[in-house]
Amino acid sequence: MWIYEKKLQYPVKVSTCNPTLAKYLVEQYGGADGELAAALRYLNQRYTIPDKVIGLLTDIGTEEFAHLEMIATMIYKLTKDATPQQLKEAGLGEHYVQHDSALFYNNSAGVPFSATYFQAKGDPIADLYEDIAAEEKARATYQWIIDMSDDPDLNDSLRYLREREIVHSQRFREAVEILKDERDRQKFF
Amino acid sequence: MDQQREMFTPMKSYVPFRGLFDPCPPIGKKYYSTPPNLYLGFQPPNLEQFTPQEALRKGTLWKVFYDYYDNPYRRGGDSGHG
Repeated sequence: MWIYEKKLQYPVKVSTCNPTLAKYLVEQYGGADGELAAALRYLNQRYTIPDKVIGLLTDIGTEEFAHLEMIATMIYKLTKDATPQQLKEAGLGEHYVQHDSALFYNNSAGVPFSATYFQAKGDPIADLYEDIAAEEKARATYQWIIDMSDDPDLNDSLRYLREREIVHSQRFREAVEILKDERDRQKFF
Repeated sequence: MDQQREMFTPMKSYVPFRGLFDPCPPIGKKYYSTPPNLYLGFQPPNLEQFTPQEALRKGTLWKVFYDYYDNPYRRGGDSGHG
């Protein structure tokens, strides 16, 4: 069960009308290393992982939905007042034909979201290593979007999201250490 | 092989190999980020914290994990880290 707080995890402000950025941002919405894939991956892996790290997957999986909502807000703000012509110029003509300015779970190249973007191997180490890799890939994606964006307010929110990827990666790395279970144990060699 | 110790930066760089017939002008350095989570291992106790207000803005409570990012290609090859 979840409790919803009707506010964003971090404020989203967009200062320039630039629908092309929406096309890039959608990579984090319905892309392979995006927030939807992350949330579904972690919340699904929870059931078959040792008890000690279930809570971590719940917490991070839940936070990914909060990030998804921030990305959705960014995309919505960047496209809501765009004319079909402006969307076409932003490379979103095909999107308009299918969806008007509705959001859709696809990546920046228009490929629809797929459950094959993530795995559940059932092996705790394999799954956590995938989670660490996913966080680093999402961090890199945020960097590339920041590199492409000239919007200082949007970049501020993106930097926040990138920082969260760093913290999540750290916690997954610690989860691996917990499962190795050699911490605090007297070692004899 | 003993070079001078360089100042630590999480923004690493390398110069890609350049062939004789590469069609485009060289980009110079290629950059990649190595954020602090790669260096710390299991988080030790009693690390320095931001104030709660600062932490909410920065995205982490812990000063060691904070890593500001900016486009490293914007400033003539100088990394945008501070």
